[in-house]
Amino acid sequence: MTRSEPDAVPVLALEGVSKSFGAVRALRDVSLRLYAGEAHALAGENGAGKSTLIKTLAGVHRPDTGTVLLDGRPVVLHGPADARDAGVAVIYQEPTLFPDLSVAENVFMGRQPRRSLGRVDHRAARTAAAALFARLGVDLDPQQPARGLSIADQQLVEIAKALSSDARVLIMDEPTAALTGSEVARLFGVVRTLREQGAAVLFISHRLEEIFRLCQRVTTLRDGALVASDLLGDPQGRRAPESGGSGASGGSGSTGGSGGSGGSDRPAGSGGAAGPADAADGAGAPGGRGLTEDDLVRRMVGRDLDELYPKQDTPIGEVALDVRQLTREGVFTDVSFTVRHGEIVGLAGLVGAGRSEVARAVFGVDRWDAGSVHVDGRPLTNGAPSIAMAAGLALVPEDRRAQGLVMGMSIERNVNLTALTGLGGTVRGGLMDRRAERSRALDWAVRLQVKYAALADAVGTLSGGNQQKVVLAKWLATTPKVLIVDEPTRGIDVGTKAEVHRLLSRLAADGVAVLMISSDLPEVLGMADRVLVMHEGRLTAEIPRAGATEESVMAAATGRGTTGRAA
Amino acid sequence: MADSSPKRAARRAGALRWDGVVGVLLLVLLLLSFGFVDGFGNALNLSFLIGNTLPIALIALPMTLLVVAGEIDLSVASTAGLSGAVMGALWNAGMAIETIIPICLLLGVVCGLVNGLLVTRLGLPSLAVTIGTLAAYRGIAQIVLGSNAVTDFPAPYLDFAAGRIGSTFVPYAFLPFLVLLAVAVVVLHATPFGRSLFAVGANEEAARFAGIRVRRHKLWLFTATGLMSALTGVFWALHYASARYDNATGLELSVVAAVLLGGIDFDGGRGTLGGAVAGVFLLGGLQNAMSLLNVSAQSQTVVTGVLLVISVLGPRVARQIAARPVALPVPPAPQTSPGPSERDR
Repeated sequence: MTRSEPDAVPVLALEGVSKSFGAVRALRDVSLRLYAGEAHALAGENGAGKSTLIKTLAGVHRPDTGTVLLDGRPVVLHGPADARDAGVAVIYQEPTLFPDLSVAENVFMGRQPRRSLGRVDHRAARTAAAALFARLGVDLDPQQPARGLSIADQQLVEIAKALSSDARVLIMDEPTAALTGSEVARLFGVVRTLREQGAAVLFISHRLEEIFRLCQRVTTLRDGALVASDLLGDPQGRRAPESGGSGASGGSGSTGGSGGSGGSDRPAGSGGAAGPADAADGAGAPGGRGLTEDDLVRRMVGRDLDELYPKQDTPIGEVALDVRQLTREGVFTDVSFTVRHGEIVGLAGLVGAGRSEVARAVFGVDRWDAGSVHVDGRPLTNGAPSIAMAAGLALVPEDRRAQGLVMGMSIERNVNLTALTGLGGTVRGGLMDRRAERSRALDWAVRLQVKYAALADAVGTLSGGNQQKVVLAKWLATTPKVLIVDEPTRGIDVGTKAEVHRLLSRLAADGVAVLMISSDLPEVLGMADRVLVMHEGRLTAEIPRAGATEESVMAAATGRGTTGRAA
Repeated sequence: MADSSPKRAARRAGALRWDGVVGVLLLVLLLLSFGFVDGFGNALNLSFLIGNTLPIALIALPMTLLVVAGEIDLSVASTAGLSGAVMGALWNAGMAIETIIPICLLLGVVCGLVNGLLVTRLGLPSLAVTIGTLAAYRGIAQIVLGSNAVTDFPAPYLDFAAGRIGSTFVPYAFLPFLVLLAVAVVVLHATPFGRSLFAVGANEEAARFAGIRVRRHKLWLFTATGLMSALTGVFWALHYASARYDNATGLELSVVAAVLLGGIDFDGGRGTLGGAVAGVFLLGGLQNAMSLLNVSAQSQTVVTGVLLVISVLGPRVARQIAARPVALPVPPAPQTSPGPSERDR
């Protein structure tokens, strides 16, 4: 294991990089140093600037100010091709292979070994691909088509592709989000191998546990600015024998650790609890100290978490949403749960576990193959959103841009899209009542404090947070009895996030049954009266508020069994 | 904030709207033609202009709705031809014209339904489906009528389709068109159905998530388009006193051209019927004026082609100019993976 020295020249670095999109300052004076042989984590909340930073390293964005340094020399990356030539490879969460080409052809896409007359040398490609996989220590057949490979295997093909072009820096953007536990372990094995061979790895994950398992150093971003760059310590802060600061990190139950997964890559010497967060704020804290998980969370969020999630205690009423044995072939199986009036139920799980798919089927956007859905005792028709809406169901979908809003349409019309069935009082005698439309939109825009210039402005001109408020307005205007929100705070700023949480809490207090799908675990733990957990298309756990910890939820989400049912 | 008066809205979003531009262009064309083109302004020529443009205008009504909803129907001219051919064949067989016309309209409904079902049930792209039925319907028309021309329809019908009111420039057939236009305007711009078409065309996924019955709406549109195409076929055969299998060949391109020229966004979700109708008569008027000026047919085709390119370019430029005062904020970068393999819909 080649450990980087603080004074070694970083393979790839950013110095004082800023990047703005219009009025949005995505990165502010951010510096980052990636050393050979080191796995470096990039942490931060949604919208903290991680994606922009990656795209800057990958040559997609050019910094407004600041420089990109390759082996200590400033370079200008004019595009992804430049970055690739410089040895920087990016592995995305969802790989982009050509499904009908073989694994070997994908690995050497655009750089196939040639024979005379420019013919592709397939045999050489196969041999070389097999050699690459051997180097990675994985077993993949170069001749099989990419179609049908699991996402985990596809990522390995992408990694092989990166290696084949002599990548020295591997950037992995949430590679584990869609992987199972054993696939994650295999991926980490590959990454360790690469690291030992001298590659620099930049790793992004929302799972702190993985960061601590894989990485030696973490850079934290918040609101586009660098918070700190530190060496990682023991996640729990327990292991340090001489630590005086471990007491500072044991407190917060809601963010409690996930440790115990083993395979820590930190050399024994660096295990140790950090002091209070501010003590280690300088970039590149010297070896011997390390960050704990609590420290890291505090850096990402910048405040104590408990203030964020104000779920009030409200009396829980009758069953409002009753989902029984719902199955959609190959997507989710035998999902049963209820949500009561006044209750917020969290639905947790990894990306790809089938949470959004269940919500879509319940609402009727997708059909289900078996099972039933009742709202206040009334059965819903399979595949009929308009009937679900009439029964009092609302779904704030996962993808605001693709599913929630018509971006080129005005704010007013977007809010009123849910009233076209005649439920919103904006249709009179079969015709649109423009005055009623305007007052309905204005009413809800004001109630949700949407910041806009004119209701006639295209909703696409609003900021992400305000767009999300418009989606919420659009659905709250239907005065639903059951509200399903899918990732309601993804990609919105912290202030708006708190507003959304207050809003959901108030709705529950008013007797609305809320089902909240979220990948933001602290959010789920803070808001939900009960937490349902899905894993690979099945409901694997139902955990009451008292028993819900990050650990118990993640255990169920990764299929490692849980407090309720053994897996 | 919160000043949402229509005037303010117009100032912001539509300082320069393409449908307005087309309206002005139409006005300029008419003024210039009245002033400088001999024979343009007399009532007879104007009635010819309108009468010859009516087939395009009739089909442009449902086509506008269809394109707004993000679909297209290229089989309209073939449906019109089939309708005319069936009309001729049944007339030859001795059936009463009062029976024949409803049969033709019903046939149009069936043609439209076939298109609609192929698109909505099988999820095929309408461009491909209707290119197929374009050929198929025309083929059936030829089978039905062969190369015969049927011309001896009853005089009152021929007179209605070709004549004008007294010595005015208004063809009789223009009056029912105005009624249909009014209906289409109300449907598109004042009903929940029409409102939802804009959402469907701009973002079908979001429309579905808002409870809009996308497939049913589209099926209705294709059916209405078939019906109007068949009606146009009947009108065509009577207007030109000739039912042949190749009636209205190529008309679909004129319709699509006029609709696009009128500012209906080919990608769906944008446009007004006023713009589409202005586009129709701009094209019709231009061709009429050029004929009067003895512009050769080839040159006319070139001019029409150039207009079409402008029609695709123009609205875009107009939107950019209109959008300039309001800075377009670039959305913050999405949280996770970009790239072609975005999550399945």
